[in-house]
Formats: sequence, structure tokens, C-alpha cells
Amino acid sequence: MAEVAFENVSKEFPGGTFAVDDLTLSIGDGEFLILVGPSGCGKTTALRLIAGLEKPTAGTIRIGAEAVNGVSPRDRDIAMVFQNYALYPHMTVQKNLAFGLRERRTPRRETDRRVREISAILSLDELLKRRPAQLSGGQRQRVAMGRALVREPKVFLLDEPLSNLDAKLRVQMRAELKRLHRRLGITTVYVTHDQVEAMTLADRIVVMSGGKALQIGAPQEVFSRPANLFVAGFIGSPAMNLLRGRAAPAPDGIWETKITAGQLCFERAGVPGGEVVVGIRPESLVPGGAELTGPSLDLEIELVEPLGELALVHGTVAGTAARSGAEEEEAILLDETSRAPVTALFSASLQPRSGDRVQVGVDPARIYLFDAATGEAIRP
Amino acid sequence: MTGSTVPASRVPSLATGAKAGAERGRRGGSASQREPGQFLFSPWHLVLIPIAIAMLVPMVWMLATSLETLNETRHFPPIILPHTLRPANYSDVLTQAPFARWFVNTMIVTVVTVAGNLLFCSLAGYAFARIKFFGREVVFVLILATLMIPFQVVMIPTFIIVKDLGMINTLYALIVPNLAGAFGIFLLRQFFRTLPVELEEAARIDGASRLSVLFKIVLPLSGPALATLAVITFLWTWNDFLWPLITIYTPNNMTLQLGLATFEGTHQTSFNLLMAANVMSMLPVLLLFFLAQRYFIRGIATSGLKG
Repeated sequence: MAEVAFENVSKEFPGGTFAVDDLTLSIGDGEFLILVGPSGCGKTTALRLIAGLEKPTAGTIRIGAEAVNGVSPRDRDIAMVFQNYALYPHMTVQKNLAFGLRERRTPRRETDRRVREISAILSLDELLKRRPAQLSGGQRQRVAMGRALVREPKVFLLDEPLSNLDAKLRVQMRAELKRLHRRLGITTVYVTHDQVEAMTLADRIVVMSGGKALQIGAPQEVFSRPANLFVAGFIGSPAMNLLRGRAAPAPDGIWETKITAGQLCFERAGVPGGEVVVGIRPESLVPGGAELTGPSLDLEIELVEPLGELALVHGTVAGTAARSGAEEEEAILLDETSRAPVTALFSASLQPRSGDRVQVGVDPARIYLFDAATGEAIRP
Repeated sequence: MTGSTVPASRVPSLATGAKAGAERGRRGGSASQREPGQFLFSPWHLVLIPIAIAMLVPMVWMLATSLETLNETRHFPPIILPHTLRPANYSDVLTQAPFARWFVNTMIVTVVTVAGNLLFCSLAGYAFARIKFFGREVVFVLILATLMIPFQVVMIPTFIIVKDLGMINTLYALIVPNLAGAFGIFLLRQFFRTLPVELEEAARIDGASRLSVLFKIVLPLSGPALATLAVITFLWTWNDFLWPLITIYTPNNMTLQLGLATFEGTHQTSFNLLMAANVMSMLPVLLLFFLAQRYFIRGIATSGLKG
């Protein structure tokens, strides 16, 4: 087991694109770290740099105390689970598990013992004689993890290991993975684009975009204190609502700054004047009537998606939408510039219907503010 | 024909037409167990059957001639069904010429050449497919370009090299220049590139060296490509005539193809013996073909690389 460190690491591909751009990051011994970001953000390249499958073009990577830039993958004592599992199709599960040990000249007796041990942990005993083609997706996934863990590596790398499983199995494997990590305590680096996986599994999250780490922190911290617009838009499901607004400091500078975005109007201390982006999480929007005293929005409901206990409400409010840069797709069918799309989570008992107009209130303390020009969070 | 193949329900418009179609369909259905929409034979057969006949005639003629007397072989028009069978032609071949020796020589040359091609083309093909090194593309294109040079052009230079190495009139002359080839390198490189690279990366992380990756992961998954290369190299080597002709001159070192040519005399040729020898020299090739054919089908059916 070991720490892993990136020291100003860059990976430039031929053609001048930086997959990883001046990344500095240290991963503690036994930590479960998740690299999360949209596709193409450099998270997989970062993982491959640790594995030694890519060589950095600048900077130093350390595993333990040793700089491993020139060390080949086989000598790094790491293990990796690939997105498509990469099980050796011509070998039985037993041989798949034993391959790494045999290649390292582990005595047969010791190999057998470790294979038995890991297959007991991952309940693979029944499958040892089968080939990968005869396994279900979940079974393959477990074999892939077993093959990596059987070597008792210093660092355990996982590249979107759950993305090929169906939703139910994914939730189950997610829990198993967390239990496994707690039991074995191996330093783990996990790549995913699924922020739910990131939130639930990680000790710390690294939100990446364009090869840079935009924010590093505990899941809850990244969620409740996003460092910038991108992180705010990326973390949280459904995504944070973003509106363009203006901050106008009171003339004498004693009073709080007045912030307006469409109909939304509130005051906050210590905010410099200028263009801002106002962020409100869907869960923070509370439906109400005339009794609302704080800032509120006039939401016109267009679509309701029932989720059981809650209902996901899509609608529009007066104002201009802002973009975080983390959107998966360009929004379609939203050509009205005078109205901005807003998502809210209501209790299903309120029975929201499309076409309704609802007054929604928001606690000013739960409104996020970002600089419209730089995207950085404006914090008091 | 077409009427009976259209399902009654699909016959459009006129009610009478539909009824007639349904009747015909029923009759067709009771006559044979065909599914609707299936011909008795594919139109391709009209093309394939004549081609098959054209390919088979020389074989049948060869087999017939190998069982005829010398006089019958000289008859015109040729006799396809001999009046009396003369299997003694076969034993004559074995006694009149060092046929067994030629067979063994050819076997040695072919087996070693095939093994050499499988080994060296795998190594080279893997390097070109997966290892990044300076000038890789240029060297690969150069090797590919050699495919376009006719053998007759390089024959003399190769001969001089082989002569300087002191290999003339030995089996080495037949083996050494053919141990690796541009075709094999190309074929295997292309196949290796289709294998999921994650398998190799996983093996490297698991502690395998490059050679280990090649021999334990890549080659076991390359059965179809290796079989193709083996069969093609086998056929080329087994049937090669020109190169043995210019490098081998003593009968004891000859290959089958070269030996067979000695049956053709300046003034007369014993066609019955020549054809008997031909039949025998073809047997391993036919055998290989049938075995390999089965292997190819299996290779395609079980190419379950996913997972």
C-alpha cells in the first residue's frame, strides 16, 4: 500500500492537445479517490499515467516515495480494472486470476491459496472452471476485480468499472466495492463520469475538466461548496439551476449588495458589483403561495416527472439562463431567451401539473453566487 | 415459381389473385417442407456448378490417367474412363524414382518454413502492430513494397547470396530465404491490431513482458490468422518449383515438384507415372485443406473476443 502523487504532471498528445494539464494531486495511503468529469476531461489518461500505460510529457508521478516516470507497468505493483474488464478470453476464471501471480513467479502453492482466498471474498468459487464468455456481466466484473486484487497491489485502479452493468446491479456492486475497500484498505483511484458513484464511494473527489483538477475535496464539501460554475453544474443531480444576474453594491458601501436575476432579488454582504451567475439547487426551491417572504420565482411548469416520493418539475422562470460548461448536451427546444429553464423537486403530494404557475421560494443562504466572467464562486 | 413463394397474405389487391396464390402456396407447402420465400436452389448455383465442373475436370483426368497404361495416355481423344485399371503405376513411381526421399525433403522444407513464418512473422507483425519505435511506418511500408517486386527480379540476387553462404544444392537453400515474408508480417499485423488493446495492457500490468504478452495472450487469440498463414505458406512452399529448380541439382536433394518434372523426358513423357506421382504429391495438400477448412469455420463461429 502506498501514497500516489502527481507533481505538475502534464500529458500532451501529438497534435498539441493536453489530456492532463499541470495536475498536482496527492492521494493518501488507503484513500479512495475518485476522478470524475465529463468524457474527454482527462480522467482516464490520469489513471493510465499512474498505471504506466501512458508516459507523462512533464512532471513527476510518485508511487510510495519512488518516482515512477520511467518504470514499466509490470514493475509498478499496481492493478487495474478496465471498463470492458479485459478478461483473457482463452483462459478459465481460475487462470485469469492466477495469471498475474504466475507471471511474477509466485510459487504454485501460494498462487492457489491466494486464488482461493480472493474467490471466496468475491464468491467466484462456482465459476473457477468457466471461461469469460460463459459469465454474466456482473460475474465478469467480479472476476476482473478479483484478478486485480489477488496480487495484493500497492494501488488499485478502476476505469469506469460499473458502466457496463445494468442499473440495479450497478447499485449492488457499488456497495460491494465500498465494503471491499474498507476490508482491504488498498489505495484506490477510481474513474467515473457518474457523479452518484463519485459521491457515494469516494473519500475525496477530484472534479476534472480539460485536463485540470477544478476542485479536490470530500464529496459533501464539493457538493455544498463548489469552487466554480463548472463543478456546481456537474455535481448534483438534477443539475443546479443557473441564472444570469447583476450585483449592485449599495452606494455608501455599508449596506449589503443587492443581487437581481430576473424576478429573483436578494441581498448579500461582501459581494463586489458586476455580472454574476446565480445558482439554486432544485432541492432548494420550495413551492408556496403569498405567504412567501424571501426571494421567490414565478415558475411556469412545463413537464412533471414523478419519482415516487418526489416529483421532478421542469419549467421556466423569467430571466436568462447561464451555462456551467458541464452540460452533457446542448439544451433543445429552448429558444425563448426571455425565459430560463428551471428544475425543481417537489413533494409528489403537491400534485404539480404541467401548465400550472407556482410561486417558489428559496432561502437566500442556499443561493450560490459565481463571477460571470471567471466562473469562480463568490464567497463571503 | 415466384407465385408459390409469396405468402398468401401478402398477395395484394385482387381477391381472385389472392385465392389463387393461397391455393398454390398450399400445394407448394404440401409437396415439400420449404419455407415460403425459399428457392429450391440459389441462382448462384447456376454460376457455381459450371465453375466447380471446370475445376474438377483436370483432377478427374489426372486421377484417370494415373490408372491407365502408357498406350492409353497417348490416345486421342483422351480416355477419361480407363478400360483396365493399372494401380501398378503407383508402385512403379516409388521404385523408379527416389519418390520417398523427395516426399521427406518437401516435408522438411515445408514444415520448417511454416514454423519459421509463424514465429518470425508473429514477432515482426506484433512489433509493427503494437510497439512504437522510430521509423516504424516507413519500415513497414518498405516491407509491404517488397510484395510488389516479382520473384523473377530478386531470384538472381537471392541465388548469389545463397551461393555465397554455401547453401546451394542443400535444403537450407530452400528454407532460409523463406523463413519470414512480407505477406505474413502484413497479415498478422493487421490481425493483431483488431485484438482489444486492453487485453495486452491488462497482461502488462499483471506483470507479463512483451514476449509473454505475445505468446500467452496475443497468439492464443490469433488462431484464425495463424491458421491462414500456415495454410498459405504450406501451399506456396509445397508447390514451389522455380526456386528449387535453380538451387537444387542432385536428385537426392530434390523436392516433389522438382522431382515430378524429371518424369517429363525430352522425347517422351510417361504421363501415367507422372500423374500417379502427382496424385500422391497432392494428397497432403488436400488433407490440409479439408482440416484447415473445418478449423476456419470453427474460428469464425467462436471468435468470442468480447469479455
